[in-house]
Amino acid sequence: MIPPTRWLPMPVLSLLLLAVWLLLQHSVALGQWLLGGVLAIAIPLVCQPFWERQPRVKRPFKLIRYVLRVLVDIVVANLEVSKLILDPRGKLRPALVEYPLTLTQNFPITILASTITLTPGTVSAHLRLDGRTLLVHALDVADVDALIDEIHQRYERPLMEIFEP
Amino acid sequence: MLDSILEGVIAFMLIAGGAFAFIGSLGLTHLKDFYMRLHGPSKTTTLGVGCTLLGSSLYFSLQGGPVVQELLITVFAFITAPVSAHMLAKSALHHKLKPDPRTRGNPIELESEKPKHAVEEAPQGNSPLP
Repeated sequence: MIPPTRWLPMPVLSLLLLAVWLLLQHSVALGQWLLGGVLAIAIPLVCQPFWERQPRVKRPFKLIRYVLRVLVDIVVANLEVSKLILDPRGKLRPALVEYPLTLTQNFPITILASTITLTPGTVSAHLRLDGRTLLVHALDVADVDALIDEIHQRYERPLMEIFEP
Repeated sequence: MLDSILEGVIAFMLIAGGAFAFIGSLGLTHLKDFYMRLHGPSKTTTLGVGCTLLGSSLYFSLQGGPVVQELLITVFAFITAPVSAHMLAKSALHHKLKPDPRTRGNPIELESEKPKHAVEEAPQGNSPLP
């Protein structure tokens, strides 16, 4: 993506800040562009020391495809969980699954954990200190290994392709 | 014609949002253990909020120029909901909250504290009671 420079240590964050500022002000007047621009440059400069170095997005188009896929899955997840909650028979098969991670960087792992929470019947509960195992609670799962395989194929593989080619 | 279709879409969004929020809350009261109850608010409510905000965004866009602040709220809700759910589950694991007996899988985080205490007390030289 855009390479960082001295005055723009985090160009993507700066762009996001500017966009959020304009959206919140709900105006594209010149004054708002200037004020937003100043904030977009000043905020990253001030808080830069607190940020971990973020991995570069190597394949932005795959990221867009990933986001769309997750959005669709969120709708499916909601319908499935609603069905499980409303099911009067109440035959849930909950499980705590130890998911072996192949991702190594913190930021992709965070995205994966958030995705797992937002998608069908699973909540990420704990990342072990060694960063290799994610503890996942599933609401209703028939086959634990199939669940691990699905998460790997559907979410972790694309994330690896996006961040760690 | 177009207006009534759009109004129908807005009404559908509001009702769907309300229904999802209701089902999420129902899950919160209904499910058996803490870990299962987490699923309700972390998922269903996100879509509940998302649908309601989409409806609101459409409605106010019809009144005047396009309104997009609602999109920002949706994005923030989608980013923060999983984090809070993760922290809640993590603290539950920390307190070794017992999951429902039907739950499969027994991670080390949930094992009873007794052996840990035995290891901690051993170096203090307390002689074991006869």
